[in-house]
Amino acid sequence: MSIAAAQKKGFMAAVWDYLTTVDHKKIAKLYLFAGGFFFLLGGLEALFIRIQLISPENDFLTAGLYNEMITMHGTTMIFLAAMPLLLGLMNAIMPLQIGARDVAFPFLNSLGFWLFLFGGVLLNCSWFLGGAPDAGWTSYAPLSIQSPGHGVDFYIMGLQISGAGTLIGGINFLVTIVTMRAPGMTYMRMPLFTWTTFVTSVLILFAFPALTVGLFLLMFDRMFGAAFFDVTLGGNSVIWQHLFWIFGHPEVYILILPAFGIFSDIISTFSKKRLFGYTAMVFATILIAFLGFMVWAHHMFTVGLGPVANAIFAIATMAIAVPTGIKIFNWLATMWGGSITINSAMLWTLAFIPSFTIGGMTGVMLASAVADYQYHDTYFVVAHFHYVIVGGVVFGILAGLHYWWPKMFGRILNETLGKISFWLFFIGFHLTFFIQHFLGLMGMPRRYWVFLEDQGLDNGNLISTIGAFLMGIGGLIFVINIIYTSVKGEKASADPWDGRSLEWAIPSPPPFYNFKQTPLIRGLDPLWIEKTEGKGKITPAEPLGDIHMPDASILPFIMSFGFFVAGFGFIYQVDHSGWLAAIFIGIGIALICMLIRSLKDYHGFHIHKEDLEREAD
Amino acid sequence: MIGWMGKRKPLFLFGMLALLLAGCGKENLTAFEPKGYGAESSMNLIILSIIIMAFVFAIVLLVYVITLVRFRKKKGQEDFIPKQVEGNKTLETVWTVIPIILVLILAVPTVAATFDLADKSEAQDGINVEVTGNQYWWHFNYEGDEVQTSQDLYIPTGERVYLNMISSDVIHSLWVPSISGKMDVNPENVNTMYLQAHEEGVYWGKCAELCGPSHSLMDFKVVAVSPEEYEQWISDMQSVDPEAEPEDAVAQDGKALFEEKSCVACHAIGSSPNATGPNLTNFGDRSKIAGYLEPTEENLVEWLMDPEAIKPGNKMTGNYPEVSEEEAKQIANYLLQLKPSDISPESAGN
Repeated sequence: MSIAAAQKKGFMAAVWDYLTTVDHKKIAKLYLFAGGFFFLLGGLEALFIRIQLISPENDFLTAGLYNEMITMHGTTMIFLAAMPLLLGLMNAIMPLQIGARDVAFPFLNSLGFWLFLFGGVLLNCSWFLGGAPDAGWTSYAPLSIQSPGHGVDFYIMGLQISGAGTLIGGINFLVTIVTMRAPGMTYMRMPLFTWTTFVTSVLILFAFPALTVGLFLLMFDRMFGAAFFDVTLGGNSVIWQHLFWIFGHPEVYILILPAFGIFSDIISTFSKKRLFGYTAMVFATILIAFLGFMVWAHHMFTVGLGPVANAIFAIATMAIAVPTGIKIFNWLATMWGGSITINSAMLWTLAFIPSFTIGGMTGVMLASAVADYQYHDTYFVVAHFHYVIVGGVVFGILAGLHYWWPKMFGRILNETLGKISFWLFFIGFHLTFFIQHFLGLMGMPRRYWVFLEDQGLDNGNLISTIGAFLMGIGGLIFVINIIYTSVKGEKASADPWDGRSLEWAIPSPPPFYNFKQTPLIRGLDPLWIEKTEGKGKITPAEPLGDIHMPDASILPFIMSFGFFVAGFGFIYQVDHSGWLAAIFIGIGIALICMLIRSLKDYHGFHIHKEDLEREAD
Repeated sequence: MIGWMGKRKPLFLFGMLALLLAGCGKENLTAFEPKGYGAESSMNLIILSIIIMAFVFAIVLLVYVITLVRFRKKKGQEDFIPKQVEGNKTLETVWTVIPIILVLILAVPTVAATFDLADKSEAQDGINVEVTGNQYWWHFNYEGDEVQTSQDLYIPTGERVYLNMISSDVIHSLWVPSISGKMDVNPENVNTMYLQAHEEGVYWGKCAELCGPSHSLMDFKVVAVSPEEYEQWISDMQSVDPEAEPEDAVAQDGKALFEEKSCVACHAIGSSPNATGPNLTNFGDRSKIAGYLEPTEENLVEWLMDPEAIKPGNKMTGNYPEVSEEEAKQIANYLLQLKPSDISPESAGN
């Protein structure tokens, strides 16, 4: 099947193609589309929150609905927007950067996506089925146990299913990077984005099980009468906080490390310089990831763990500032002496450096345990984590999208629209969140449905809301840019940015087999090396031959649907035992799919050498 | 560092910054204007960390701006290929070691303050108050004195008042920004912190851990009075006669209704260490109704007739027979004249 043949088919065929695809580039597009949708949804929820807080004692939302809104905003943005968008970029780019034709387990790749999507849809079904979860995205017990209705049940099942998808994705990337690097692509020649994908996958592998366990315990407490977190029956609610943050803190690095990778690649490309201190950058990444597991209790300074625990976790947290500082200075040093081009991708990157530095510094301030007694659970914390997550992760995703859009979609995003959306979003972002540092210390705790009159909090909140709307408009213009570009955008060449890494050596968008011949890598920035010292083209490591490709499959979709059905069963069997049937049917569907997958041989197919030669003409 | 203003420069900066931040927010609420021991400890660290961080930020910004000005691609040099630098050992060592030193400068006082604030060695001899967090109100039991209040916590200035805190339902967090940082109020264990106010006054307290729909309305007050006044207040509270008949007839009817409508089942007047509902002994002195409304009869009537509208998710709604507006007024009249002491938030002065 050639690409041309695939394009001629109708709309339904295209839908079927995406439902069954195991191609990492198409799965990447699915991740980006779904993640983008949830990002807009989470953004809408954020605007509702800010409208409610535009003036004191406002009644735009009821107290209960407000709590649902903050819970869903946080949960959606972290699990259903930021992570999938990053997984999308990793899927699209990482295999290209290491010279692979696909990921190690294409079938699992598809399964990971569909599990995430069905989990996310399940979670959002709660809006229409009696109310969304309302115990905060951290879902602290016992509030989460006492929460009436099924909102928190949807949180548990939705995250459990989508979390499994993420875990599968992480393992897949790990194996891919370990086993599928092209000849000559040693670890210390991998681009930083691939490195951070690798380290992030390790984090996913070790952090997500803690969440899975926590959610299981919560599930049994809520649905099957257990009492792990119920103090009156001998349980302990602080355990939930430990489990959640043993996952939750590394999660922050799961989000930010890939963004660091994106920035590293972009800065190096648009400064026309090799990344300064590459080795230090790699080890700083690993060190941040390692320390990321040692600091979870800094989210719990006020829990009453005692001065010894607080002191240890305070110092461990401050230590993270060191490798992060190394990264900031290495980026600056990369630009120093370079020839810097400033376009949209680079604008997001340049905006990231001071914004994230502020977020990192408030992070160190928060690490000082006694100071945290004041910051904790106030708008200071809200400001801090939005500075790192928006100023770091969202800026990173947007930079990455501008940078790799030509590679993924074959068209260059419009620069004018890109710059307009950047400035609106950037100004809006600082307007929204900078003032919140002060609001927090002025006595505004987070998750407050209303703030009272005459507490000096009016102006700050008004400014914050105005900023939020600017961000919203900036985001919308980015969406318009995508639509405009896909209709009228400038076609991209294989290497529109004078790139350095391997993905720019193949056409934009790449053929579905990526590399006609597996490339031979001669050093860091392989394409740059060939452009400056070689003959301008990557040397193949093998003669042209048949390429083996995996079969498409609908099984991942059906399997995920089975878990989705079972999810409803678990949630509603509390009300009526008839719903147990849904559990059996759902799990049954999944098991049958697994059985088919195990028993049926998938041979894949070959692209013949002759076809490859013909396509070259 | 020596030069302009010599050795006093850091001190001067310190003072300027404190002055600048003090203008932020409402007095007796904002953490920027510390009026207690804990809040001061926190503020010292906040200012120290801001200074260190501002220093780092200035350097980053300086390098950043110079880089962008000097090294943007120049017209006519589009083909210029910069030198491909691998790294620089000296530079990289410098920006590893300096941050380590800066972090240490912050870490040492942090650890010291953490242990200092956790010191409970004098708790035995000090004033101990048992605090119970409830959805959405606070219960204060002055240990050994057989005095209880809710929502208004009375403390003497200059002394450490130890709060032994536990929750009756979900996790809360007690925060009085002007006097001290916060500590969680867990259902499973007693957490102890202390409040030490330097000046008399009425300080805002807040719940800082999401505890349900009315989380944002779980405000309370800390009434700091002089030690003599505190003694006076305790003895006034101890000598309250819960059975005392009010003077005017409306309030007398109110008292009868208070029992008839089963208010008394949850709300104690007089000493009662364990309470299902807020203790109302000094209700007439309370600075707020339902934690945040002005203590007027009108507000109280509204609260009695439809608590759900005022505090969503509260435990009072539906737990007593309906009261008419007339009846609510009578009960309000009775409750608002419960003023056992001359020492009140009003006298503590704002």
